[in-house]
Amino acid sequence: MAEAQAKAFVEFQRVQKSYDGEVLVVKDLNLSVARGEFLTMLGPSGSGKTTCLMMLAGFETATHGEILLDGKPINNIPPHKRGIGMVFQNYALFPHMTVGENLSFPLEVRKFNKIDREAKVKRALDMVEMGDFLSRRPSQLSGGQQQRIALARALVFEPELVLMDEPLGALDKQLREKMQFEITDLAHKLGITVVYVTHDQTEALTMSDRVAVFNDGVIQQIAAPDTLYESPDNSFVAQFIGENNTLEGMVKEIKNGVALVQLDSGDLINCKPINVTKPGERTRVSIRPERVEYNKDRLKKGVHTLKAEVLEFIYMGDIFRTRLRVAGNDEFIIKTRNAPDQIRLQPGTEIEIGWMPEDCRALDA
Amino acid sequence: MTDATGPLLAVDGTPLKRKLAQSLFRSRARAFGLALPLLAFIIVVFVYPILDFLGRSVYDARFATLMPMTTEAMADWDGTSQPTEAMADALVLDLVVSKKEKTIGKVATRVNRELSGTRSLFTKTARSAAKFESPFMAALIEKDKDWADLETWQAMKTASRVFTPAYVAAALDRKMLADGSIVQQSEERRIHVKLFWRTMEISFLVTVFCLILGYPIAYLMASLPMRTSNLLLILVLLPFWTSLLVRTTAWIAMLQAQGVMNDLFVVFGLATEDDRFSLIYNKTGTLIAMTHILLPFMILPLFSVMKTISPTYVRAAKSMGATDWTSFWRVYFPQSVPGIGAGALLCFILALGYYITPALVGGQDGQMISNIIDFHMRKSLNWNLAAAMGLIMLVFVLFLFWLYDRIVGIDNMKLG
Repeated sequence: MAEAQAKAFVEFQRVQKSYDGEVLVVKDLNLSVARGEFLTMLGPSGSGKTTCLMMLAGFETATHGEILLDGKPINNIPPHKRGIGMVFQNYALFPHMTVGENLSFPLEVRKFNKIDREAKVKRALDMVEMGDFLSRRPSQLSGGQQQRIALARALVFEPELVLMDEPLGALDKQLREKMQFEITDLAHKLGITVVYVTHDQTEALTMSDRVAVFNDGVIQQIAAPDTLYESPDNSFVAQFIGENNTLEGMVKEIKNGVALVQLDSGDLINCKPINVTKPGERTRVSIRPERVEYNKDRLKKGVHTLKAEVLEFIYMGDIFRTRLRVAGNDEFIIKTRNAPDQIRLQPGTEIEIGWMPEDCRALDA
Repeated sequence: MTDATGPLLAVDGTPLKRKLAQSLFRSRARAFGLALPLLAFIIVVFVYPILDFLGRSVYDARFATLMPMTTEAMADWDGTSQPTEAMADALVLDLVVSKKEKTIGKVATRVNRELSGTRSLFTKTARSAAKFESPFMAALIEKDKDWADLETWQAMKTASRVFTPAYVAAALDRKMLADGSIVQQSEERRIHVKLFWRTMEISFLVTVFCLILGYPIAYLMASLPMRTSNLLLILVLLPFWTSLLVRTTAWIAMLQAQGVMNDLFVVFGLATEDDRFSLIYNKTGTLIAMTHILLPFMILPLFSVMKTISPTYVRAAKSMGATDWTSFWRVYFPQSVPGIGAGALLCFILALGYYITPALVGGQDGQMISNIIDFHMRKSLNWNLAAAMGLIMLVFVLFLFWLYDRIVGIDNMKLG
């Protein structure tokens, strides 16, 4: 962490924000973003992620704390002098200007001459493969095209830091996935630092170098996508990122890095203790649906198994999604790949399920 | 779809278009039925009277109906040669009839409009016309030597036209001669054109003042949170719930020589006790009172347009490096132009026809065209001239709409 701070490009130091003097929207936030990093702020609405972005852009002021950009405090610098590119949720393309004029605007206010402006606009448009749309109006473009123009406009004056506020929220699924790839690709090619805000966890996982999960004005966990998914620090992150099964119970003993948990149904299972420290604590056990095994041949010896009743089988094409009743929980989901040898579970059948102890994390209750 | 060349058919074989028209007929008939009472009301009390009245600006059959023989006799006269004996015969016969029918007053008034001072000539002559003996021309001239004057006959010739541009010409300070040509009035009688210009000047200035005062308020209302902006909106609308007359008389109390404003000026030493500002009963009074009264008509369209301009546009501009002023001028302002257009057009057109306020606070040089129209309606009873002025205003306003449509596009207009 000390190393990260030394080369931090954007840094939040003990930042607090309140709109009404009664409720803190952002509570004691510390965050550093390295140069060239793609960091995503992920969280449900009202978690404070957009407020953080707006403070960084300069449209909101921090109630307490310091925000540093490239080592310099920027709290008192007005937005137009920060030199930060920004892509807005609804693109905010100026409707009374053509695409070319939109892109030219940041260059004009920076007093570039006409020749430079035209060259830069052309380069930025080519970058997002929209070179032919120079003289169109934003209203004549599709959502995806507008998105590209907004991106080009945020990049045209070559900022080192670009902020994106749910830029793909208004696009349909296919286009969104395509743009996710294009944005990350472009960001890495240009070497820019990106702070990206979204409430879509898939987007966060596929695009980012690191993801900061916000809830209730606090960063719950900040980590690389795979760490976040496979080793969530607490039950909020486990619930929020990806699909997750929870079973509630009490810790019986912790030995050799393995916790024995007695579920409320009385069953005993082995878990990896994450934020439980001593026997007697309540815990929520979290297991990913795709890490659950029900094929007896593949279950390792020595793992605890649980009895389960199949309630529903849903065919989803590439995967099967089966809903089970496990230890009194009717919403226990398992996902299995649609392989030729895969067993299709029939509702009503009784099976036995199990998992590797390290895939089963004992989190806070 | 089986027959690619023929029209589309419904399942039962009738053309789809007719089928559709049949199914829509009932709902259309119902909609029309609901609108019918209002439509009838408007046609009877609004459209018909206006058209009838506007017709008077170019149509005046009074002379032609009351003096039919004269009109016929003068039909072939070129208006410059000597009046013929036949015309004199017809005139005397018509005068005898009109004296008997007691219509001579109307005839005299009509001709008097073309040539002032002829009223008594007609009434006087008509009184003794029954005793005239042939040749009538000589008898007429013997009665009054004005009958020898070519001008008198020319005035009658002009008055005898049923469809006449004379009133429209008069409204524009022009006069139609007997031969049909139109010339400018003599210098001292040109008052209308000056008044048209003053009307436009006042309307234009009022519009500009409304824009200057209204734009910041509308901006404030659009950017404040809902609760505060609703309160402001009520304050803006408050004058609408007060009678126009009350508001105008309130301005008299404010602006008159011994009024609130002047008292304050004296207190602050901006004016002395004996040398107070004349803020009312002149153009200043008209401008102040009309700006106040028309302000909501500017604010409301501006507000409704500004409300739709997302604040992210200005944020986006700032994030790209634009200063507060540049973001406003290059990004916000252009998007508010449809509101300015609608508000300005509304204010200007309403101001053009303003009547009560200039009548009460305008004094001499604050009078507008509507006050003159009123004068001709109620005092001089020259309805035809009043109609002609109304026609000119109507044409001008329609022209403005056309211009606005060409430049801004009427579809871009947002009124609320």
